[in-house]
Order: sequence, then C-alpha cells, then structure tokens
Amino acid sequence: MNNLLEVNNVSKYFGDFKALNDVSISIPRGSIFGLLGPNGAGKTTLIRVINQITMPDSGSVILDGEPLSQKHIMDIGYLPEERGLYKSMKVGEQAIYLAQLKGLSKAEAKKRLKYWFERLEIGDWWDKKIQELSKGMAQKIQFVVTVLHEPKLLIFDEPFSGFDPINANLIKDEILRLRENGATVIFSTHRMESVEELCDDIALIHKSNKILDGNLVDVKRQYKINTYEVGIRAKNQMLLEQELSEKFNVSKANFKTLEDELKLNIKLQQNGKPNDLLSYLTQKGEVSHFVELIPSVNDIFIQAVNNN
Amino acid sequence: MNHLPLIIKREYLTKVKNKSFIIMTFLSPLIFMSLIAVVAYLTQLNKNKIRVVSILDESGLVSNVFKNSENTSYNILEGMSLDDAKALVQESEGYGLLYVNAISEEKLTSENLTFYSEESPSLTLISNLEGKIQSELTLQNRIKEGIDIDKLKATKVNIEINQESFEGEKTSKVDSVVKLIFGGAAGYLLFMFIIIYGNMIMRSVIEEKTSRIIEVIISSVKPVQLMLGKIIGTSLAGITQFVIWVILGGVLMTVASLILGIDMSEMQTPQQQIMEQAMENPEVNVQLQNSITAFYNLPLANLVVAFLLFFIGGYLLYSSLYAAIGAAVDNETDTQQFMLPIIMPLVLAVYIGIFTVIEDPHGTVSTVFSFIPLTSPVVMLMRIPFGVPIWQQVLSLLILVGSFMFTVWFAAKIYRVGILMYGKKPSYKELIKWIKY
Repeated sequence: MNNLLEVNNVSKYFGDFKALNDVSISIPRGSIFGLLGPNGAGKTTLIRVINQITMPDSGSVILDGEPLSQKHIMDIGYLPEERGLYKSMKVGEQAIYLAQLKGLSKAEAKKRLKYWFERLEIGDWWDKKIQELSKGMAQKIQFVVTVLHEPKLLIFDEPFSGFDPINANLIKDEILRLRENGATVIFSTHRMESVEELCDDIALIHKSNKILDGNLVDVKRQYKINTYEVGIRAKNQMLLEQELSEKFNVSKANFKTLEDELKLNIKLQQNGKPNDLLSYLTQKGEVSHFVELIPSVNDIFIQAVNNN
Repeated sequence: MNHLPLIIKREYLTKVKNKSFIIMTFLSPLIFMSLIAVVAYLTQLNKNKIRVVSILDESGLVSNVFKNSENTSYNILEGMSLDDAKALVQESEGYGLLYVNAISEEKLTSENLTFYSEESPSLTLISNLEGKIQSELTLQNRIKEGIDIDKLKATKVNIEINQESFEGEKTSKVDSVVKLIFGGAAGYLLFMFIIIYGNMIMRSVIEEKTSRIIEVIISSVKPVQLMLGKIIGTSLAGITQFVIWVILGGVLMTVASLILGIDMSEMQTPQQQIMEQAMENPEVNVQLQNSITAFYNLPLANLVVAFLLFFIGGYLLYSSLYAAIGAAVDNETDTQQFMLPIIMPLVLAVYIGIFTVIEDPHGTVSTVFSFIPLTSPVVMLMRIPFGVPIWQQVLSLLILVGSFMFTVWFAAKIYRVGILMYGKKPSYKELIKWIKY
C-alpha cells in the first residue's frame, strides 16, 4: 500500500446544499499533503469526513488499507481551524484527559507530555488554567495534544494562524520532524508560501469539487507557462523590444540588475524551445539573465479557480 | 472504545471543583437557614408583644367572656361614651376597640358589633373575638329557651366514615393528606431537579461550543457518548449537591436552634395555633395517630422503587432536551425560544398534580397525563401514593423509557449537527432539517 489514505468518490449533502461532490483524493504515505481551496469550498467538510465527525452520504474512506472505523480514531490527530480548550481546566489535567480520549493510558500520557513540555519549554504551565494563557500559548498546548498519541495521520487546519513568526517556525520544524518519524500530514491552509515550502502533494477543492490534485512538481509542470524572464543589453533597446514583440508574446518584467538593460517576459509558442530563443537573443545583444518562470501555487490556485 | 466513564468523570469533577458550584453548595443552606432563623426570630418577637384590646359593651351581654390570654389582654371599659373610649384607646396606643351597641329588642346581631382600630386588625384576632361572642350568645339563647346544656352535649354524635378498597386496604381522610404530601414532595423535587440541573447541562454544552473545543472532542468521541456523559456527570454532581444540602441543612438547623435558643419545631404560625387549639380536642389526637399509621399504610416499597425509576426516567428525558437546546444555540440568551416548550409541560404537570390528582387521583385527566411522557413522571409520582395498579405504572414507565430513547436519538441528531454550527440562530424549521443530515 503506497497510499495511507484514500478518499473514494465521497459526496455529502446538507439538505439541498452539496458540500462535497464525488471527491476522490489519495494521500501517499509519509507525505505532506496540501488541501487547498477558497473559503467554503468544502475542505472542512472533507476533513470532518476523514475524522468521522461527519458521515458521507456516499463514497468511502480507506485508511491504511481498511475502511474507516471507530478504531482509527487513535490513528488520527486533528488540529481544527476553530481551536479551543476547556478554559477553566488546568493545562496538565486537560492534556491528559484529551490524550486518554485518544486511547493513551494516564501514565503514558503523563510521560509523553513531560517530554513535549520540556521540548517546547512550557513545563511551568502545567498547573495553569487555559484562561490564564495567551492565545499563542494555548495554541502550543493544542498542538502538543494533537500529536501526543503519535498518530499515523495528522490533520492540521491552518496550523500557523495565531502564532508569531518564531513559534510558527518552531511548529513548522516540529511538523517536518514528525513526518521524518513516519507520520503523514494533511495540511489545509490559505497561506500559499507555506504550501510551496512544505507540501509534496496538493489537492485543490473548489465549490465542492476537486478540480486539481497530484504531486506539486507535476502540477507545476502541468501549469507550465513556457515563459522566460530575460535581461539583455543592446545598443538600441527600444528597437530590440519592438522587434521581439513582433516575433514573440512579450510583457515587461521586473527584477534587479546592475546595469540598465531590457527586461522582458517572453512566452514561447506551444512547441518553442528555450535554446532557440537563447541563441536568437545572443545574436541581438548581451544576455545577462535567462530564467524559466515557474508558476507559484498562488498563480495555479487563482488560475484553476478562475477557469472553473 | 468506551470513553463514557472518562467523560462522566471529567464532567463530574469540573462541576464539583467549580468555585461557584462550591460556594452555592455551602452557601445556599446557610442562606436558607438564616432566613428561617430570621423569620422564627421575628415571629417570636411578635409573640412576645401583647395586644391590648379594649371592650366597650353597652349591652352588657358579652363583657365577661373575654379572658386574658398569652398575647392578648382585654381591657373592659365601662360607663363612657364611644367617642371617649375611642380617644382613650388611641391615646394609650391600644390595639383596638370592640364596641357593642346597646340593644333594644334583647337580640344582639352583627349590626351591633364594631371593631375600631388604627390599622386593619389581624384576621385571627377578629375571628377569635367573633368565635367567643358567638358561642356565648348561643349558650345564652339555649339557656333562655330552656335547653339542657348537658343533655345537648351528651346527644352530640361524631361520625367518621371508614374507607376501604375492594381489596380490603383501609384508608382514611388523613391517609389522603399524607399521600398528598408524599406525592407532592416527590413531584416537586423532580420538577426542581430538572430545572436546576437541566439548565446546568445546557450551559455546559454551550460552554463547550463557545470555547470551540467541541471539534477536538468529537474527533475522538461519538457525540451521543459526549452528550450522555455530560448528562450523567452533571446529574451526579447534582445529587452530590443535593445530599450536601440535606446534610448541611440538618446540621445547621440543629446548631441554629441550639445557639439562638429557638425551637424550630415550636415556631408558631397562626395556622399552627389553630391546630394546637384543635389538638386539645381528643378526636384530633386520634387523627394524629391515624396519620402515623397512614404513613405505614403507604405502599412504601412501590413508592421508593417508582420514585427512583420515574425520577431517573423523567430527569433523563428532560435533560437530553436541554442538551439539544444547548447544542442548537450559541449563547444563553438564544435559548429562550426553545425553553418554553420544555417548561410548559413541566409546569402543566405540576398544576395537574396539585389540582387534579388531589380531587380525583384516578380520574380521566390524572390518568391520561400520567401516561404522556413529558408529564408522566411528575403526575404519576403524585398518583402512586393513592395506589396505582402495577400494570399502569409499568405501561407508563415503558412509554417513558421509549420516549426517552427517542429524545436521546433526536437530541443526539440535533447535538451532532448543532455543536458544529456557529453564528446562526436556528429556527425550528432548521432543527427539523438537521435531523435529516
């Protein structure tokens, strides 16, 4: 089994409203999987289906080769977007309770919590009540609670919201470390830069449908725009620009250079070769800059959503 | 995995460790007892004050029937005009003046009697005066008509009809009163318990919603389990509180009466005074003994078992509805529109219990409402002391259990959807829709 989780043709209706329409995704074992989509697309519903909070109307979910059932609850760790802990309960007590709900024994929970609290340097919070902590502090506790039972599958919904940059980085490193230790991570977010940075695979959900999924590099290749960013020095830049715009699809580019030079984005024809472009350009002037433009996840996101 | 015990434990401990819960638990009996102590103290003050009632009897027929008592002393005025007498009483700050007109035809009627006072006089005092004058005048009339008083007394007959059911069970009027007190107490206790702890369950569901922990919890636990855990945990906390109240109340009662020297049991209200007067009557004394036997005549085993079953069933039925309401709304102020349908049958049940069951414990209204699940716990508990056939009790209980399972299912549906809904104030129509989700 190469995939830890397979969602097959899942649909979910709320009354007349279709929240998920025949959605299928596969999440490779040990990967970080980005679940993307605009607000209200159905991401949270899908996550809730995986968590068995919501039952799908049709379709199935296979975790680790078995249809999802009650016993898989301890295989999943879920950090929901709407976070919260019991306000008037002490940190330690609460963490132990939540860990017990995930099937850990009290002693084991205590042992692991000690380890995590030391690791994140929050040991002296043990006897504090949640209402005495700041929002960021409470988030840290919640993160620990989510990963404490060492689940196979971790689901993070906007994990970095509410963290300052230092703590966000700390959490990011912890997520990467968990993956190294064998966990598979589903990562739902609007922050595209963290998707670029962390995700191996993505799926894009829009208006209850999955409109795109796959390995991030493959997706990018699929959305390749065949455009090159070019910097070139010539005697008469105006004339060169005119000449190029007659021959290619050209737009102004913007990047930093040492000299004053012509900066353009040049889009090739469907079967145009970059080498041909380069050799053409070298005849016209001195090429100082030649880079293929790779679409960002952000661009892909916007383009895919608009195309639908 | 069964997390129910874990959830119950948490719910119980958080409730019991909650500061306001602890304060309420220990303060309530204190406040209650001090209120009683204050009332007792004031009553005693009142008792020690002697009322001076002046009598101006121009007819000369009744002036000798007024004997000073513990808290009333009579001042017989003679040979002065009504105006003088009024002025005198007002000046001496007496309680009031009873004026008896001079009579022409030797017949004293109500028209001849007037009580003058600063404020409106106490009802017991007036009826006391009336009683004294009435019996004196009756006696005088009888003597005048030549009736032998002793013979008259001797001919008086007292009758009390014995009541017996066809099965041979003996009952009496006193029995009925004892039964009523028992049923009433049981029904009222259930009513109070539902309102206090049902609300507590509702608040605790709302709290979980507002603190947004709910999604984390139900990714590990089934909503039904969470709901049942909450209901049972809160109920156990409620029972704990109740037991502490009873124990503490008892201790405080003893301490208070020792320290303040107030004998609570002798606290006298006007009703008790009348009762005490009646006690001197040997017939009533027999009745008191009757009431003790009446207590032993109650179907005690049946009562205790039925009380436990109907109490638990009724309480669980209502508390699952409370939990569903808590799940449907975001904050307590939104609960109002859903509270009415819960409170209504509850109040109805208590009224039926008080007005109908007393009058006719086995009549159509009482019987029907002791089967309808939302009213049956209260009404049936009030009916049982009067002897309800076992098959009726069992049937009613079965209906109750059946509807309890239905409400738990129904509440769990609303609960499951509701706890994840934020920001919208749901209508009834929407709640119905949720069930289909």
